[in-house]
Amino acid sequence: AFFWLVSLLLSSLIWFIAVKASDPRDQPLQKGLLIFGVMFSVLLQEAFRFLYYKLLRKAIEGLVALSEDGCSPISIEQMAYVAGVGFGLMSGAFSMINLLADALGPGTVGIHGDSQLYFLTSAFMTMVLIFLHTFWGILFFHGCEHRRWWEITAVVVMHLAVSGSTFCNPLYVGSLVPSYLLMAAAAAWAYLLSGGSAQNLRRFLLCK
Amino acid sequence: MITFTNNSDSEEEPCNERTSLMSAESPPVPSYQDGLQASEAGEAQAHRKRRTGSSRSPNNIADGDMSDSGVPVRESALENEEEELTLKYGAKHVIMLFVPVTLCMIVVVATIKSVRFYTEKNGQLIYTPFTEDTPSVGQRLLNSVLNTIIMISVIVVMTVFLVVLYKYRCYKFIHGWLILSSLMLLFLFTYIYLGEVLKTYNVAMDYPTLFLVIWNFGAVGMICIHWKGPLQLQQAYLIMISALMALVFIKYLPEWSAWVILGAISIYDLMAVLCPKGPLRMLVETAQERNEPIFPALIYSSAMMWTVGMAKPDTAARGPSQQAWDAEDGRENHRSPSHTDSQMSETRSPVPTRPTTSLEELEEEERGVKLGLGDFIFYSVLVGKAAATASGDWNTTLACFVAILIGLCLTLLLLAVFKKALPALPISITFGLVFYFSTDNLVRPFMDTLASHQLYI
Repeated sequence: AFFWLVSLLLSSLIWFIAVKASDPRDQPLQKGLLIFGVMFSVLLQEAFRFLYYKLLRKAIEGLVALSEDGCSPISIEQMAYVAGVGFGLMSGAFSMINLLADALGPGTVGIHGDSQLYFLTSAFMTMVLIFLHTFWGILFFHGCEHRRWWEITAVVVMHLAVSGSTFCNPLYVGSLVPSYLLMAAAAAWAYLLSGGSAQNLRRFLLCK
Repeated sequence: MITFTNNSDSEEEPCNERTSLMSAESPPVPSYQDGLQASEAGEAQAHRKRRTGSSRSPNNIADGDMSDSGVPVRESALENEEEELTLKYGAKHVIMLFVPVTLCMIVVVATIKSVRFYTEKNGQLIYTPFTEDTPSVGQRLLNSVLNTIIMISVIVVMTVFLVVLYKYRCYKFIHGWLILSSLMLLFLFTYIYLGEVLKTYNVAMDYPTLFLVIWNFGAVGMICIHWKGPLQLQQAYLIMISALMALVFIKYLPEWSAWVILGAISIYDLMAVLCPKGPLRMLVETAQERNEPIFPALIYSSAMMWTVGMAKPDTAARGPSQQAWDAEDGRENHRSPSHTDSQMSETRSPVPTRPTTSLEELEEEERGVKLGLGDFIFYSVLVGKAAATASGDWNTTLACFVAILIGLCLTLLLLAVFKKALPALPISITFGLVFYFSTDNLVRPFMDTLASHQLYI
């Protein structure tokens, strides 16, 4: 969570500088800067995820060195999961919390012509992002562990795609549907990487 | 301060009498005390004692007989074990401290957000005489710096006074001072707080009921804090008084002064604990020389240490953290040193330093961590100020909260590495301040723009 926060900080810094340096009245430019800010932020987030992976790797080595039986009490997969959850929660909290605070107050949604489903879609979008961050954490760390660069690039590309799809808002079909599809794909992939399989799933569902 | 219970650095007041009441002898609480902040007698100053303690077996035994009996032979053999124990319990300590710090912050933020009283400006304390309602920015800055200087010098004077009292064994005086402080905090501030909360929610309350409630609350609090009581109740009381103190600070410190004071306090803390001539360090060393337990008031301890039926005086780690309150104009600051009940863990290791301690009993004892109440207070002040004054509202508060917790983690890590009293404020407050200002000015416009277009990153 802290790492995500730092990445957010740096990306806002960049965006802020860009905005201050540019003409505030030029709308397309502002929009362009915003898009640039979003993409840059996504890349920074993934970079920080990588840094976090490096840090955890060192920590695991330390733990292994100190432990009695040569294996660390927490595996890298668990750490990947926790890292993903941390990223997701922080990102979700930052996206949603001001909305929730405003939702407590009086008002009408979309009275000025904006979409009336604002809160609903925000909630769904946040949820899908939190899940996605968790899965991306697992995929990313797995890719780093086994040196499979294509997994890492896949995560980055997925993140960019999801963020990019939100540019379609308020045309919610364009953003929510692809995001959920990507989430299902990432979920299945992460599940398989973590050792799950169709048999496990069936056994679990049938409570064997 | 976060202290390891390695050396009994009792920064806090050497309430010998009190400790003798609780635990037979000066328990070699191997806690590290970090900053010990003396409060002014007159003014409500919070004593901050920070101790970082990691329980290390070898260090703990503060008992006179123990310290030297440390098995040098087994030292190396035990070292690995200790390292492991330290790390293993390091994570636990972190969690044990996260919960109370989080609770304190939640109470403060909830109150700030709902009760208007604490965000209204109704005058300033006598410690910050310069007003900030000046026309020019430079003047305002100057005033806030002057306020900070006055405040810090007050704290320094109080700390030195405390150290002097400790050195000359004026335990009764310190004792009485602490009791007076806690009395005022528990009764007067709670009364004000309750009054404001009831006003906010428009709840009618009659005086007899109010008197009953406050009397019970205060009396039980006094007993729990200064004498014996269930650990969790004591912890709850400590959290509550830290929150009350933080709320008072938030209300009465002017804007810029508050931020400058936070920065200055962390620097002072760093110096007071680490410099050889720092008052807190001298306090710690004096306590170590005398093999006295760390002053329990003003310290939040997450686990209790107590041995039952041992001939030797067990460690007085009977959880009681006394709080040094400087009642001053109704202001009380608590700074409780944090102690880590590393003692417990220490005894756990098969070091025969404490022959009289019942090892079995201590087996189940958990190592605890001790954190000064002053740390709680200033963390909560930072987060509360962020909640009160930031226009980005919740994002800023959340960012400061995460920053402080990460700072606490890092401090505990350093504690595990260095194994001596460490100041708990600097890292967390630095992170908190950095994140506050950057989130408020940089992240907020970014997030607002994103939210208005419903873009997600």
